[in-house]
This record gives sequence, C-alpha cells and structure tokens, in this order.
Amino acid sequence: MSLTLNHYLFVSGLLFAIGFAGVILRRNIIIIFMSLELMLNAANLSLVAFSRFNLTADGLPNYNAQILVFFIITVAAAEVAVGLAIIVALFRARHTVHVEDITSLKF
Amino acid sequence: MDTQTNLARFILLAPLAIAVCIQLFCRKNHSLSAKLSVVFVCLTFVAAVFVFFGPDSTPPGEPWLDFGPAFRVPIGLAVDHLSKIMLLIVTGIGSLVQIYSLVYMGEDESKARYFGNMSFFMFSMLGIVLANNFVMMFIFWELVGVSSYLLIGHWFTREAAAAAANKAFITNRIGDFGFMIGILMFWSASGTFVFSEMQAALPTLTLSAGFLTTTVLLIFCGAVGKSAQIPLHVWLPDAMEGPTPVSALIHAATMVAAGVYMLARVSFLIALSADAQLVIAAIGATTALFAALVATQQDDIKRILAYSTLSQLGYMIMAIGLKAEGAAIFHLFTHAFFKALLFLGAGAIIHALHHEQDIWKMGGLAKRMKWTFYTFAAGTLALTGCPGLSGFFSKDTILVAAYNNNLWFFVPALVTAFLTAYYMARLCVVVFFGKARTETAAHGHDGPIAMTGPLVILGVLSVIAGYNTAGYFISGPAESVNWIVTILAISAFVGGALSGLFLYWGQSTDPILIPALKKKLYIDELYAALIAGSQDLLASIAGWFDKWILDGVIVRGLSSGAWGLGFVLRFFQFGNLQAYAFLFGVGVVAMIYLLVFR
Repeated sequence: MSLTLNHYLFVSGLLFAIGFAGVILRRNIIIIFMSLELMLNAANLSLVAFSRFNLTADGLPNYNAQILVFFIITVAAAEVAVGLAIIVALFRARHTVHVEDITSLKF
Repeated sequence: MDTQTNLARFILLAPLAIAVCIQLFCRKNHSLSAKLSVVFVCLTFVAAVFVFFGPDSTPPGEPWLDFGPAFRVPIGLAVDHLSKIMLLIVTGIGSLVQIYSLVYMGEDESKARYFGNMSFFMFSMLGIVLANNFVMMFIFWELVGVSSYLLIGHWFTREAAAAAANKAFITNRIGDFGFMIGILMFWSASGTFVFSEMQAALPTLTLSAGFLTTTVLLIFCGAVGKSAQIPLHVWLPDAMEGPTPVSALIHAATMVAAGVYMLARVSFLIALSADAQLVIAAIGATTALFAALVATQQDDIKRILAYSTLSQLGYMIMAIGLKAEGAAIFHLFTHAFFKALLFLGAGAIIHALHHEQDIWKMGGLAKRMKWTFYTFAAGTLALTGCPGLSGFFSKDTILVAAYNNNLWFFVPALVTAFLTAYYMARLCVVVFFGKARTETAAHGHDGPIAMTGPLVILGVLSVIAGYNTAGYFISGPAESVNWIVTILAISAFVGGALSGLFLYWGQSTDPILIPALKKKLYIDELYAALIAGSQDLLASIAGWFDKWILDGVIVRGLSSGAWGLGFVLRFFQFGNLQAYAFLFGVGVVAMIYLLVFR
C-alpha cells in the first residue's frame, strides 16, 4: 500500500491533538511547553506533506511550503528561548513548576 | 449750538457731575457735599427758568448707537412745550426739597451719600424729561429706578428699609419688561425711536388694531410700574421707609409722575387705540378709588399721604385714558406742589416729634406748630379740591373729561373726591386739633427757616398755581364751565370734609375699624403667597428632578450598570492557565467551522 497525502495529514493531526491534550492536561509547565513544540512540529509535518504531494507543473515539489517550515522552526526556537526565560522567572517568583498552583489572577 | 440746547445740557449734566464728585471725592466731607448739591440744584432751577421763557428747541441729537438706518439711538435733548414745564417742576421742587433736607438730614451719619444720591436722582429724572427718543428715556427710566432704590434704602441697616428698596426696584422692573417689549414692537413698525420722527411717520403706517392695542398696553405697563397703578402699586406705601424729603421729591412730585409724563409724550400713540384707552382709564379709576378707600383706615401719616398719591396718580392716568393729556399734566403740575408740601409738612411734624409717625400719638399741633399747620392746611385744601385753590381747577378739568366720556368713570372719580376730603379731614383733625395725646406731641414746635421756608413757598404755589394756568396745558378754546360737574365736585368736597370732621373730632382712637381696608385688601399677602407658592413649587420640581433623574437614573444608574456588568464578567477569570488554553482551542475550532463550512 503506498502512502498518500492523507496518511501524513492523519499523523500530523494526531500529533497536533496529542500536543493539544498535553497543553490542556499536564501539570508541569516544562511538559506543557514540550507539548506546545509538538503542536508546532505537527504543523511542520503537514506543510512538508503538502509540499511533497502537490507537485507543480514540472514535477517538482512546491518549495514555498518547505521555506515556510524553516520559518516556523526559527520562530519556534525564538519562542522557546523567551518562554524558558519566563519559566525561570516564574519559578524564581513562585518556587513551583506546577501550573495549578499559580492562581493569583483568579477573581 | 443754541443757548437753549446748552442750557438743557447744563441742566442735565450738572447734577451728574455733582453726584460723581461727591461719590469720588467728598464722601467724608458731609457738609461740603450737602452745600454743593443744594447750590447746583438751585442753579439748575435758574437755568430751567431761562429755558422756560426761551423758544422751543428739538435738535436731532448726537448719534450714539448707530447700526444703520434701521436702528439708531441718538442722545438728544427735547426742549418743548411739555418738557419746559416739567423741567420747572422737577428742578423747582428738587431745590426746595434739598434745602429742606439740609435740616431734616442735618444729624444723619451719611449725609454725603444722601446728597450724592439726590443729585444722581435729579440727573436721571431730568434725563427722562429731556429725552427725545424712547431708548434714551428707557435708560433714564431705569436709572430713576436705581436712584429710588438707593434713596429708599438710605437707612439700609433697617431691615424694613432694605426690603422696601428691593420691592420698589423689582416691581418697577416687572413693569419695565412690558415697557421694553412695547418700545421694540413700535420700533419694528415705525423703524425709529425718536418721538418726533415716530409722530411724523404715523400717518404712513397701516397697522392692525390688535397690534396697536397690544403695543400701547405694553408701553402702559411701564407707567403701571413707575406710577404705581394696580396691580404694581405695592411698592409705593412701603417706599415710605425712606427719609421724608425723599418721599416728597420722588414719591409724590417727580418720579411717580414720570409715568404720566411718558404717556403724555406718546399721546399720539395712545390716540390710535380706543381699547387701550379704555383699559388705561379703567386702571386709573380703579387705582384712584381703591387707594382712597385704603387711605381712610391708615394710621401712619406717611402711609395716608402715600395712598393719597396713589389715588391722585390714578386720576392722572384716568385722564390720559380719556384722551385729556392736558388735564393730566395740569393735575401733575398742581399735585407736585401740594403733595410735596404735605410730605414736607409731615416731615416737619415727624422731625419735631422725634420720628413719631402714628397719627394717634399726635394731636393739638395746630397751636404749637403754627407755620406747619397753616401750610399743611393750604396743601390739604388744595388736594381735596377746595374752590379757588390750584387742586380745584386741575381736578375739575379731569372730572369734566370723565363726565363727558362715560359715567362709569365719572362716578368713581367723584366718590374718590369725597373720600379724599374725608381722609384728609380725618388726618388734619387727628393730628392738629384736640389735645396732645402723648408727651412728645405736647412739645412739638416749628422747624428752622430752612424747613419752614420751602413749606411757605409751596403753600403759596398750591394756592395760586391754578389761576389762569390751565391754558398752558389744555390746548384749544376754553370750554364753558360745566356747572353740574363743578357743583357735584364742590358738594363732594364739602360732604367729605364735614363727615371727616364730624366723625373724628375729639376722638382719641379710631372709631371706625374696617380690617380689610386697614390691611390694604390683603394684596401684599396675596402677592407674597403667590410668589412664595410658585417659587416653592418650582424648587420642589427641580429638587425631585435633580435627586431622582440626574443623581439616580443617570449618574448612579450608569455606575451601577458598569458595576453589575463587571460582577457578571468576573466569573470568567478562572486563574487557571490550562482552562484558558482549552477555551482558546474551542474558539479556534469554532472559527474554522464558521469560516470553512458556512
């Protein structure tokens, strides 16, 4: 059986859902962040899949999507840098990595 | 620049200069202020005599307010038939009153302020007399109101005096409101304010009867306020709180006559509307009768004279309404003399008895104050219409005019004449005859020459001013004597005098008591209730509106709304990061659904 676009999209969606579930359900802020990265990479996977399967007239893949993947990887890296800095600051203020313990904005 | 105009300017401006000079420089120097004021007012009288014997002079005047040909208010001095005699009256009686004030106000603490205000009043009154256009007359009209306020409230630390001054000014202002509207209405029709131009423009205008009646009645409102006719008469009796020379000058001879003078000036307007004439005459007759009735029951000597003034003003206004302006001005002329005389005589009595004004605390003064008594008697006889004295002639012309017009005017006028004789006889008997009722009355004596001199002069004038002077006022051929009216008038005089004498001779308290008349038919109380009532109603409505609508619905409503909204929305702040992320995801799904599948 040959792999079609749908297979890759299914995997990408599955990864996205797993990542989203991790963001919603995990307690540790580092794990939440990891799940966030997983969601980003799921998006990357679907982009590359579209690039590989929607060929242009010459038979070459559409490189626009692959370039966009690079952009996303860069943004993710920058975001990780900033986000980890915020987590360190948060830990220094609250001395916990459990998200459930941070409720000072509750009414 | 002819001499007449220059003299007229001097007459108008000299009192103003003195008033300003006193106010700015001489407030501390009381005797200098008094002397300056007296000297200059006598000079204006001399100038007025020269003006009287000179030719008429009515130049168009200097331009003042000029907004194109449609709205032009010049400053012009009109020296004509009417204003010349009025100048003599105002300056003459003004001089006598100011000389008298030298004694009457001799020990007053604020003599300088008094004479400054007196000079200012002379300026304002002369402005009304000499004005050649309506707006200038209105400005001086208001200034006279201010002078009256200042002079009535001369002893302003007295509560009653301050209140009386307010009442006078406010009541005048109510009349002036109608007056201004009338002036503007007539300007809108004729395009000019100047009296001579208005009179010339009249034949060319076509105006509806309703417009004319309304305009004339509105202009009459000013006279109702200034000359104290019903319903705006309430200020004049209270104005007696001022010093007696003020009452003599302002509230007997000159200011209250300004209303009559103004109506005589615009008699060409009044002649256009028969309905307005009827209303004017009716108000005049009613005031005359009402005031005479109330005067029969008053106990304060000045109040009796005040109501007497109201009554005589009613006669003058009635004459204006009967198209007999000449008779009205003639009566104004004679009335100025004998009423000023009566007030100054009352002032001499009050001064001698140390400011006692209740007639039931006087008595037997005829023997002790001879000059005062003889002059007062002359004034009384003139007022009541004793044959041969000035008042008889002028009152007779008015009664003839009423008789020729309508018996509905003649009968009240005749009854008023009867009552006039009655209450004046009452006054004279109670004050001058019998025994002195109190210790102070037993020690009364005549004042110095500066007090009795003016009394004598006015007394002589009251007697002789009627002989052969009617011709100056009443144009046209002399009518034959109307014997019916003359005999009825003389019988009213005799009847009233005898009833007064008979009922009051030898009495020590008032034998007749009519509470309604004593309380002036409760009109003051009625007005106070009306004004207080309407004021309270307005205030309570405004208060309710402020408390419930502005404070409640708008201010507190808005703030409660914001607060409530915030309270409801607050429950969305979970404080839980993952809950926020979940809702975020739900929102994204919803958006995709809406965008892609709808």
